[in-house]
Order: sequence, then C-alpha cells, then structure tokens
Amino acid sequence: MSSTVAAPAAASPAAAGSARPGRGALALGLGAAAVVLLALVSLFVGVADIDPARLLAGDPAAWELVWISRLPRTLAAVLAGAAVAVAGLIMQQLSRNKFVDPGMVGTTESATLGILVVTVLVPAAPMLAKMGVATLFALAGTALFLALINRLPTRDTLLVPLVGIMLGGVVAAATTFFAYRFDLLQTLNAWMIGDLSGILRGRYELLWIVAAACVLGYVAADRFTVAGLGEDFTTNLGMNYKATVRLGMFIVAVISAVSVTTVGALPFLGLVVPNLVSLLVGDHLRRAVPLTVLIGSGLVLACDILGRLIRQPYEVPIGMIMSVVGAAIFLVLLGARRRGRTTARTSPPARATAGGEHA
Amino acid sequence: MITIENVSQSYDAEVVVDRVSASIGPGLTSIIGPNGAGKSTLLGLIARLQPLQSGRVTVGGLDVTTTASKQLARTLAILRQENQVSLRLRVRELVTFGRFPHTGGHPTAHDRELVEAALERLDLASLADRYLDQLSGGQRQRAFIAMVLAQDTDYVLLDEPLNNLDMKHSVAMMQLMRTLVDEDGKTVVVVMHDINFASSYSDSLLALKRGALVAHGGPEEIMDTEVLESVYDMRIPIHEVDGKRLGLYFGSPQAARQA
Ligand SMILES: Nc1ncnc2c1ncn2[C@@H]1O[C@H](COP(=O)(O)OP(=O)(O)OP(=O)(O)O)[C@@H](O)[C@H]1O
Ligand SMILES: [Mg+2]
Repeated sequence: MSSTVAAPAAASPAAAGSARPGRGALALGLGAAAVVLLALVSLFVGVADIDPARLLAGDPAAWELVWISRLPRTLAAVLAGAAVAVAGLIMQQLSRNKFVDPGMVGTTESATLGILVVTVLVPAAPMLAKMGVATLFALAGTALFLALINRLPTRDTLLVPLVGIMLGGVVAAATTFFAYRFDLLQTLNAWMIGDLSGILRGRYELLWIVAAACVLGYVAADRFTVAGLGEDFTTNLGMNYKATVRLGMFIVAVISAVSVTTVGALPFLGLVVPNLVSLLVGDHLRRAVPLTVLIGSGLVLACDILGRLIRQPYEVPIGMIMSVVGAAIFLVLLGARRRGRTTARTSPPARATAGGEHA
Repeated sequence: MITIENVSQSYDAEVVVDRVSASIGPGLTSIIGPNGAGKSTLLGLIARLQPLQSGRVTVGGLDVTTTASKQLARTLAILRQENQVSLRLRVRELVTFGRFPHTGGHPTAHDRELVEAALERLDLASLADRYLDQLSGGQRQRAFIAMVLAQDTDYVLLDEPLNNLDMKHSVAMMQLMRTLVDEDGKTVVVVMHDINFASSYSDSLLALKRGALVAHGGPEEIMDTEVLESVYDMRIPIHEVDGKRLGLYFGSPQAARQA
C-alpha cells in the first residue's frame, strides 16, 4: 500500500517538470504565430484597400503604399508594443510591485515634460536630441519614484503604485500648465494619446532604439530577476544592486521617451502584459521577456487594427482603444490571479490521486 | 575563521552594535540574545549587506569591505531573517540562482547536480516545480535555505533558520547544519532563539545584549543560570537530561497569577 502511494508521488515532479517548459514553448509558438498573422492583417487594413493579388502582380502603386505607410505603421506597432510592455516588466521587477506601470508612475509623464521643454527652448533641435532630453527627464522621474518608494515605511502593494500615480499626476499637471503657457496643448495631446495613423516612412525609424533596449533587457534578464528578489539577495549573490537598478532605469527611460515621442502614450500596456505573462510562465525574466515582447506587440497590433475598423473610414486612436481594452484585461487578470492562487494550493494532491488511479 | 574587530553600528544616536570583537569558527556557532540585541545587524555586517561604520571584519581572510562582492559571494552566503519575495519563481529556479556567483546565468551540468542535491537535502524534491507563492511559510523558508546551500560557500550565515519550521523539520535543519560542519567542513553561523536547540547542536555560543558581546563560549559555559540571566534578565533553571544541559525557560502559569 505504502509503495503505491510513494510511486506516483515520486513520478509527479518529473511529469510536472516536463509538462511546464512545454507550456512555455507552446505559449511562445502561439504568440509568434499570432503576431505574424496580426502583422499581415495590419498591412492590408486601411482606408485605401490593398489587394494582395495586386501586390503579387507587382503593382507599383500598391507596393508604394506598403513601403510608405502600412509597413512603417505595422513595424511601429510591433516595436512600440513590445518595448512598452518590456519596460513595464522591468519596472515592476525594480519596484518589486506588480501594479506599477512606467506609463502611470512618472516615467512617461516626465518624458513628455522633457520633450515639451526642449521643444520650447530649442525648437530646431533634431529629433534624436529631443529624445535624448526626454530620456534624461524620464530617468529623473523614474529615479524620483524609486527613491520615494524606498522611503516608504512599508512596501505595501497598493501604497507603492499610489505614490507613483501621485508623482505622475504632479508631473503631468506641471506639463499641462507649461503647455498651456506656451500654447502647446495641441502638441501635448498628440503625445498623451497614442496614435499610429500619422506614422509614415521616416517617422518611426528611431523606434529601432527601443528594440535595442529590449535586447539589452533580455541580456540582463537574470540580473533583473535577482534584483526582484531584493537588495539583500542581490548583494549575497555578489551583484551590485544599485548598478542593476540603474541599468533597468536606463532601459525603462529610453523605451518610455522614444515610444511616447514617436507613437504617444499606450496606456495600461506596461501593466497588463507583464501581469498576464507572470500568470503564464512566472517572473523568471529569461522566460518572461520573450513572451512579453510577443504579447505586447500582438496586443498593440490587434488594438490598432480594431481602431481602424470600428468607425471606418475614420480611425479611433490606438491610445483610446488601449485604454478600454487594457482596463478590461486588467480586471479579468485580477480575478484570475486570485483564482490561480487558490487552485494552485489544492491541485497537487488531486494530481497525485489521479496518478495513483492510473497506476 | 571569521574575525570581528571592534565593530560598532548605530542608527541616528542609538548604538545597536557596540564595539564587538570576536573570532568565530570553525564549526557551528549560534548567536543568541533578546529581541533587538543586534544579532541580525551583526550578521548583516559580517556579510557586507550593510557597510561597516567602524571596525573590521574578515571572512576566511578576506576583508569584507575591500574584497570584491562577487568573490565574497563564493566565500560566504547569508539568509536574512525576513525575506519578502513576491516574485512568481519556481523553487528550482530560485535555488539555481544560488549558483549565480559561480557561473552567472549559465548553469552547467555540475551546477544542476548541486541544485538537485540542495533540493533533496531540504526535502523539497516534490515541491521543486511549485511557485514560491504556492508554498507554506516553512516550505518557503526551506527553499531559501536550499538556495544558500546551492551557493556552496565555506561560510554559511543563517538568521533564524528555524523560523516557521515544525519540530521535525527543525531537528532535520539542525542536523543538516551539523552535516555541513562535520562532513563538508563549512563554518556555519546561525541566529537562534531556542537556547536548547542552540546548545545541543552548536560548538560555541555567542550572546549579545543591547549590542554588546556579553558571553562567548561552549554550550557548557553558556548554559548556566547566571550567564543566561546576564543575557536575558530572567532566571532560567538548568537541568541535565541524558547528559545535555537544558534550560527550562517556560516559567509557570502560577507565577503569572501571583504577579
Ligand atoms: N534600519 C534601522 N533603523 C533604525 N533602527 C534599526 C534599524 N534596523 C534595526 N534597528 C534597531 O537596531 C536594533 C537591533 O536590531 P536587530 O534586528 O539587529 O535585532 P535582533 O537582535 O536581530 O532582534 P530579533 O531577535 O528581534 O530579530 C533594534 O533595536 C532595532 O530597533
Ligand atoms: Mg533578528
């Protein structure tokens, strides 16, 4: 009797071990397929119809439209979607809080303030220089946020994002006031509400910078995971905690600054995607980053396509669609997170008995 | 050998470690003392988790202030008293991070063997694929200790390793500490509250009170009513049972009623 009880218990971890990586690979494969599919759809959806047959026939007008407008727009959605989601993932790891999103806790707001300041002071500055200034502002905003939460008496799950939202609110208010004084409210709006409709060739290429930032994030994935365990764990493992946090802040700031100035804010993206990925494959960034990239770009592609279809021939800006879709997903995830915890506690015994019956 | 020379630490005006000097090891050493005595602070200072304000600490001949953190991570490992980890990491993933100082993010077959051995030693084999947030408090404590063991350092510092453990796992943990010392030749330092556990298993005990070192010696010296009174400000009768000196620190309900 005791040997039959022991046998499935010994077998179950091996079975679970082989099943889990399979699930991660499956998620990656499905994600990649979905992104490719959505990208293809994105190439063909729009006010002007592009017929795949005409493309194949080599119609120069159709190809012109693809090169100048559709492909840049699709690439912008993929790059910005992936990067903003990765920025959220890294930010959550650094602040050790799953409810933090660079788009809400002062990073993106500071980047917007930075681009506004440089637009007023040096209007003729090249775009790259403006982004540099925006990145510096974003860095300062992120550093301020992390410094603030380090001073909190407790690392309360809700207090941390709340402090961030307050900080983001203050910076946003300053930005609006500034824009109002210099008659730039119109320009400000373009950054505050993400919009892909204006993306043409020559207007998105700087987004490749965020692709590089994502790669850097993947290379340093183990460091960020360790940092997520806390400062003492990090030091114990012989790593420099402060240097790791600085690297993470830099990646988050660059992504936020570049994406907000090219496509505008993509609300909830940096919050929702990492939480979804965490549920699927956990918080080990070596596995979480690739999936975050896929889901982030897939979600933005899908929302962008939706925005083009809802009130044809007009477009609804991606920022608005993201707000609604993102908020909805977030609420669903909150429920799933709670259920996930309770089922996880009770499932292993159930699995053991099932194995016993088979044996 | 860990040497502590004239180490002091204060927060604002409050001195929490007060000119402590001691040599620790080889063998198993328990740090005992009342709440707030500075035990955790001292352990953190030895493990360079906080910078030293004054004094000097060497571990295995390495000065903790000047030696590269990565080199220290291959010499000493520490587990803190409180570990709030909210990451969804699997137990095996966490334990594999113990190999980080040796191989960075690319564990070899040898590293994986050590990880499995550490899981086995802490009775975690069947929980290795669970997420940390799906474990009980004691299981999580064992997972953290497995990570520290996977680090495979000559010096192991554990702050209240018996936290959350049931009796069986507490005994297993102390026996594991002994194995680490007797078979692997490691120097182990633990902070303990249960003086009976501490004295039964340790080679020496180090008692702190209000930041100062008040006693340091073998179990037979420390397990003494007078000595313990100087540490805890309470009288603890000592009884010899099966050749072991046990302190009956439970008091009595009658005493409470009389008071
Ligand atoms: N970050 C801090 N700021 C101010 N005071 C601190 C800080 N950390 C610890 N202390 C104080 O230092 C003293 C020693 O703390 P420590 O954690 O070392 O005690 P301990 O001996 O480990 O106690 P316990 O048995 O309760 O774990 C305490 O009085 C504590 O209040
Ligand atoms: Mg303590």
